[in-house]
Amino acid sequence: MESRELDVAIIDYRMCNLFSVQSACNYNSLYSEITHDKDRILAADAAILPGVGSFSEAMEYLNSSGLIQVINEFIKSGKPFMGICLGMQLLLSEGEEFGINKGLDIIPGYVKKFPQRNKNEKIIKVPHIGWNKIEIAEGKSDNDWYIPPLNEINSGEFMYFLHSFYAIPNDKEVVVTTTNYEDVDFCSSLMYNNVFACQFHPERSGREGLKIIKNFADTIKHNKGDVN
Amino acid sequence: MHTRRIIARLDIKGPNLVKGIHLEGLRVLGKPWDFARYYYENGTDELIFQDVVASLYGRNCLQEIISKTAREVFIPLTVGGGLRTIDDINKVLRSGADKVSLNTAAIKDEKFIKEASKIFGTSTIVIAIEAIKQSNGEYFAYTDNGREFTGVEVVGWAKKVEELGAGEIIITSVDQDGTGSGFDIELIKSVCDEVAIPVIAHGGASTPEHVLDAFKHGSADAVAVASIIHYGFIQDNAGINHFDFEDEGNIEFLKKAKRFKEFGIESIQSIKEYIRGRGINCRI
Repeated sequence: MESRELDVAIIDYRMCNLFSVQSACNYNSLYSEITHDKDRILAADAAILPGVGSFSEAMEYLNSSGLIQVINEFIKSGKPFMGICLGMQLLLSEGEEFGINKGLDIIPGYVKKFPQRNKNEKIIKVPHIGWNKIEIAEGKSDNDWYIPPLNEINSGEFMYFLHSFYAIPNDKEVVVTTTNYEDVDFCSSLMYNNVFACQFHPERSGREGLKIIKNFADTIKHNKGDVN
Repeated sequence: MHTRRIIARLDIKGPNLVKGIHLEGLRVLGKPWDFARYYYENGTDELIFQDVVASLYGRNCLQEIISKTAREVFIPLTVGGGLRTIDDINKVLRSGADKVSLNTAAIKDEKFIKEASKIFGTSTIVIAIEAIKQSNGEYFAYTDNGREFTGVEVVGWAKKVEELGAGEIIITSVDQDGTGSGFDIELIKSVCDEVAIPVIAHGGASTPEHVLDAFKHGSADAVAVASIIHYGFIQDNAGINHFDFEDEGNIEFLKKAKRFKEFGIESIQSIKEYIRGRGINCRI
């Protein structure tokens, strides 16, 4: 079988729903593969580190499989990279799911669990499950993607969330959108050089979410045009 | 913002979508993915696929249904019915499910909840509780579509599963299911008040008022609906081949194109408009 190079490597760390990420790629005519093969990933034009699963289990697997170096190398190459949900959280320095765990430490910051109560002492239901609005943060306009990830998406649009933890990047300049859940404002997406990462699931957020995958696809296609 | 969800629940038997009363007496209604696609277009916030005979028969159809749906429907899918092992869970997640719901296996072995939530993350594990009110007013959990008594009291069990790492609870009133007489608000509220994880109310909705009740008086985070929206689908899609005849179930109902006499004709959209007009945040 021909093994041509991938548009997108969907990085496989065993236990999560990668199928829907791949479906969203297919929907945007991206040739993708769910893989943990080092060379396959590094040769791809872009990569996605997907969501769902536990922080500690994921780091343990990334560590033992040697994927940490691969992800670092891929991101250094400057090619478009997307982290989704847990895949966003893993990019930070450390997380606190089932004890403190070291993350990939690509984006300085940490991952925190939602508090049990908000500032008005109201009990917060955790996980945060469901659709919520993304508000585009002020000041963040530059990015490394040819087509910005949120191109043609309005502030206030609904995206689908499924998480108990959220990322707190040290540098607030990287924050692209914030979301408010029970009076807790958190960073729902960020852009760090060639890395776009979101807490919500664009692949599960209907038409609006698919626009993000399309912007990713258009950026990949543009980059390809530059090379050829 | 805390947005409430309306979830279309699709009960699956073999290749078909079915609906029963009190989780029994199943009628065949059509092909699951036709319904899934329609509800996606109509604004459902999630889909739940429940394999209602999984504990009794083989289950090859289910994974195919999930994959086929996940390829074209870009909203979260929860899959339940007959999931017994970590490998079972892994398989449905790999087929395109985002969350799994567990009942029998969780009640039989509490450690299973802990293990599953550690591996897949708390937010992936939904515990389904099938509740039946006893003559003394207490609610007890059942398995196998309300057939098997477990001796486990509902609210205590709900608190326990939260402690063990479940991310969400779907509470079904077996007494109300398929009857159209409204949710069991007392049951829903008693669970919602005692846990700090989201609760999905299921069983009994036949009007938008019932749905509003579950949010306003039951404090539910989400509502799962079936019969109330299925008839609207059948009416809108008259003439298409709804079902595969391959074995399975009672299709007399469908052949006669009878309506659910107890139910109004509603859509996800019309329910959402109704509740939003009455102060409930939801995605429209």
